[in-house]
Amino acid sequence: MAGEFGKPEIVEEEVDILLIGGGMACCGAAYEIMRWSEAAKKESGIDLKIKLVDKAAMDRSGAVAQGLSAINTYIGPEQDPADYARMVSNDLMGITRDDLAYDLGRHVDESVHLFEEWGLPIWKTDENGERHDGSKGLPSLKDGGKPVRSGKWQIMINGESYKWIVAEAAKKALGMDRIQERIFIVKLVNDKNDKSRVAGAIGFSTRDHKVVVYKFKACLLAAGGCVNLFRPRSVGEGQGRAWYPVWNAGSTYAMAAEAGAELTMMENRFVPARFKDGYGPVGAWFLLFKAKAVNALGEVYMDRNKEMLNDYPPYGLAAVPASCLRNHLMLKEMKEGRGPIYMDTVSALAKLRETLSPREVKHLEAEAWEDFLDMCIGQCGIWVGENIEPEKKNSELMPTEPYLLGSHSGCCGIWVSGPEDLGAPTAEEHADAGKVPAHLPSGWSWGYRSMTTVKGLFTAGDGVGASGHKFSSGSHAEGRMCAKSMVKFCIDNKDWKPELDTDVATLVDQIYQPVRTFLEHKDYSTAIDVNPHYITPKMLQFRLQKIMDEYVAGVATYYTTNEHMLKVAEEKLEMLKEDALKMRAKDLHELLRAWENYHRIITAEAHMKHIQFRQESRYPGFYYRMDKNFVDEENWKCFVNSIYDKTTHKWTVFKRKHVDLVDKSKLFKPAAH
Amino acid sequence: MPTFVRTDKCDGCKGQDKTACMYICPHDLMMLDKDGSATGHAMKAYNQEPEQCWECYSCVKICPQQAIEARHYADVVPLGGSVQPLRGTDSIMWTIKFRNGTLKRFKFPIRTTPEGSIDPFGGKPEAKMENITKNGFFNQENGYRAGNPAELIRK
Repeated sequence: MAGEFGKPEIVEEEVDILLIGGGMACCGAAYEIMRWSEAAKKESGIDLKIKLVDKAAMDRSGAVAQGLSAINTYIGPEQDPADYARMVSNDLMGITRDDLAYDLGRHVDESVHLFEEWGLPIWKTDENGERHDGSKGLPSLKDGGKPVRSGKWQIMINGESYKWIVAEAAKKALGMDRIQERIFIVKLVNDKNDKSRVAGAIGFSTRDHKVVVYKFKACLLAAGGCVNLFRPRSVGEGQGRAWYPVWNAGSTYAMAAEAGAELTMMENRFVPARFKDGYGPVGAWFLLFKAKAVNALGEVYMDRNKEMLNDYPPYGLAAVPASCLRNHLMLKEMKEGRGPIYMDTVSALAKLRETLSPREVKHLEAEAWEDFLDMCIGQCGIWVGENIEPEKKNSELMPTEPYLLGSHSGCCGIWVSGPEDLGAPTAEEHADAGKVPAHLPSGWSWGYRSMTTVKGLFTAGDGVGASGHKFSSGSHAEGRMCAKSMVKFCIDNKDWKPELDTDVATLVDQIYQPVRTFLEHKDYSTAIDVNPHYITPKMLQFRLQKIMDEYVAGVATYYTTNEHMLKVAEEKLEMLKEDALKMRAKDLHELLRAWENYHRIITAEAHMKHIQFRQESRYPGFYYRMDKNFVDEENWKCFVNSIYDKTTHKWTVFKRKHVDLVDKSKLFKPAAH
Repeated sequence: MPTFVRTDKCDGCKGQDKTACMYICPHDLMMLDKDGSATGHAMKAYNQEPEQCWECYSCVKICPQQAIEARHYADVVPLGGSVQPLRGTDSIMWTIKFRNGTLKRFKFPIRTTPEGSIDPFGGKPEAKMENITKNGFFNQENGYRAGNPAELIRK
């Protein structure tokens, strides 16, 4: 029976493995999983039923939807995974899981080689050192071709169709009968007989009046990071022009938290310094075109303020200081009135022109524009509107509103089981070990790579915390690792049957509540958006953004907060969370927005609680606890982790010990690499 | 910074079961106004939530009628510029018009293989269950970096 608005059709399905999301991580999993599933059938006689659901269309879903101008993680044959783990650690102020970063480093190039085989054009350097775009038929990376490095770890691509290509491979590998697009998963459901286990998920179609209920043995939750939980700098039509994709709503963190998964480093955030308003990428300008960022007087603030780096040893002393510290030096200029800050594109291009032929200059101009057109067309929109030609006029830079993510230059996310062969801790040995809730695992590995502390729940990409800098390629590789361990998990649990801890009717009532609320009260007032019985998802989002911006170190306070402001935020967020139960949805599109914003609230609450718990300012330039405005290596060089109780709505926050698995001191010796 | 649909070009993807822009938009923004009740233009698509548009251009690139363009955010950007692509199967062409009339054109490759030609497992080995808990993927593409064991200080 076809459903109607308010009376959805209910579709129940049981699978072995559900992939939630369609971005790079789930595309990686979709590719890798089929070969292992075939092997399981052939060798063990186990026929696994697999399904992928995406809230959008895989060709253009996730963070790579628009394309990219670079692959930011390619190790190459000359560098060691340990070098990569060191870089990740330093950029994130020393507190990352070396086991996760190292493991990613040794696997990631496999995915990049596949992308090139599938048709992604990767720029190459010829024997004379000249750059060529990826269509020129130079040898592939796999066969020793030399990429164009725009940094130690980054390689340039013609990446307009990057996601389209990766999705084509994933869709073909999995088969379209195993894929359903426009399904938004809203909640995970624990197992009836084992609360520390996940047994299902519930969501709805954004196209038909249909609720879907899945039961499974294992699932990969990889639905991106969190955007627009803070008030963005542009609040009118431009508020959609977030730096990270506006559709990343914190669903990964919120659903995992409600299922009982241990989160980690949720205090971490990323505040990218980007071209103002369009948020165009700066990497190629700094690294490929050798441009400098300057204050309004033309002074290079990284030189002018370099002593400030000495305040944060050792992280400020590496050849490339941590990203947050670069912001820290920029913010000094802005706060002391020497803004605007500019990328000096004019001088950089003039200098390059001195040694280049006219043909090469023309190529250079195209490269500069392609950098935006491949991944941030909006920045070109600003340049054309403001008549900015980079060789004639400099462009403003600006630190953005905060973002929460685990795959780019951030490390918030979920605590996952790591590899066993790298010397990671196997026990909890620290003063606060007794405060780790007893049901949680000890050490960094509990059997299945990338499994969270909830049995059967796996994550990848933005979902995996305490690592970072995996970017597009690393997220794909991480999804592939999950595929293997999920197949293994299902084989080991082949006779186990999932049972939902809540009956389906109750679950459906919960997720369709915003629709019911609307239908029940819509005729109370004449103006559809102003009604004391409900709140629109849009206003709920504005309230969240106002709280986060004003009290939890958003742009309004130059990223500063203190324990008193956090206390106010805590109260306001609790009331917001209560009011989220009164969200209305006047159509399926608004039901999507309603649950996205609920996920944002849970994510924001985790962020606030973690900042409150950590008695220091670990990321100067990203946020400052002004009452604890220092880095405290002795007491706080540790992971801050938390769990959420969906019944009491309370958080428990605690410490876990940080340990180095690779020697970080190598970063700080001159010319070590 | 929203995209908009031109009334003179959009045909509502007649004859197809869904419009291309509705199919592709990652943020569920594009709608087909079947009876014209939302916009006054029946059987044409529109952007239902322009302030949520990331300006990813997915709808612009996929529209078979080239009916979708972007008018860059009115609360930020001066009027008069435009950035318009024409995406083919192996390359994309951009026409960039500045507010002051300056015009630039660029063409970039987008893929080196024919669209739809990927054979995901062609010529690749099968997986072996004995390897499922080992490092590496089911196949090796010369990209696994084993690492120098001496770097691991706790082993």
